[in-house]
Amino acid sequence: MNRPRPEAVQLVKQRRDAALAALIAGVPYIGFLGISFDRRGDELTAVLRFDQKLIGNPALPALHGGATAAFLEVTAIIELSWAQVWEPLESGAFDPLGKDAPGLPKTIDFSVDYLRPGLPRDAYARARVNRSGRRYASVHVEAWQDNRARLFAQATGHFLMPAPGAAVADNG
Amino acid sequence: MTQTHLTEAQLALAQQFISALPHSRALGMQIEQIGKGVAVISMPYDLALVGDPATGVIHGGAVSALMDTCGGAAVLCHAEAPLATATISLRIDYMRPATPGQRITARAECHHMTRSVAFIRAVACDDDTSRPVATATGSFTAERGAGG
Repeated sequence: MNRPRPEAVQLVKQRRDAALAALIAGVPYIGFLGISFDRRGDELTAVLRFDQKLIGNPALPALHGGATAAFLEVTAIIELSWAQVWEPLESGAFDPLGKDAPGLPKTIDFSVDYLRPGLPRDAYARARVNRSGRRYASVHVEAWQDNRARLFAQATGHFLMPAPGAAVADNG
Repeated sequence: MTQTHLTEAQLALAQQFISALPHSRALGMQIEQIGKGVAVISMPYDLALVGDPATGVIHGGAVSALMDTCGGAAVLCHAEAPLATATISLRIDYMRPATPGQRITARAECHHMTRSVAFIRAVACDDDTSRPVATATGSFTAERGAGG
């Protein structure tokens, strides 16, 4: 067995964090809502930092259903892009920061279930890509606040995948 | 159609209601028409709401927020006038990207109401009203208060 020496941990982290940051930095709406992403290996958790402007019902108060839907949709799109970028990123096939970066997936449809009111505090979400083909993808997203098991919203969406960039096409 | 033209005062009151919803206010939503289970609400183009920097197209999430607000408003202005409402489910189909720079206007209709549930459908357009940007269907709670 002649296994190549593993890369230094800092290099791996730096590369992945830079790729993720590049993916998110370009989208103004993610900044507008105040969404950030925690990364553990390839697993992403989206964090919606509570802000007064996310409130829909001031009497309760509760998060606006639209803010919740947007949070879930952002999570789904970033997860999908991240899943697409991951392999070429790790194999060094292309630079996700460069011009070869694929475009973002486009939402075809998005269906949200509101399970309980969103409380005025931070919310978290994780997306699972159930199927990702050459052109279409199906993604499920779950969002929670205090308890991971008590979801306050979930959604399923279908997405049109971007036409692969040159570097991705070369990679098969 | 079922729309009514409200007096300036009624429209101002409805606008005040939407402006009291911080998220709707943050997105600059404006009531165009409201009454008898139909609401028309518009949202200006804003660079902060862009979802795809390569095209400058508004993020689908902002369109969802507009649809959700408009659906809720349609439920509240229905003839049976529930006291409050909350979204149970909302499904949006995106037909085409909204043209950058143009205002998006949603029209929602509460087409059916049971004792506890209201059903809506909605269409969102930009300047080209012949080709919708998105359509939505949703169910909302209809809260009627004690004994209702």
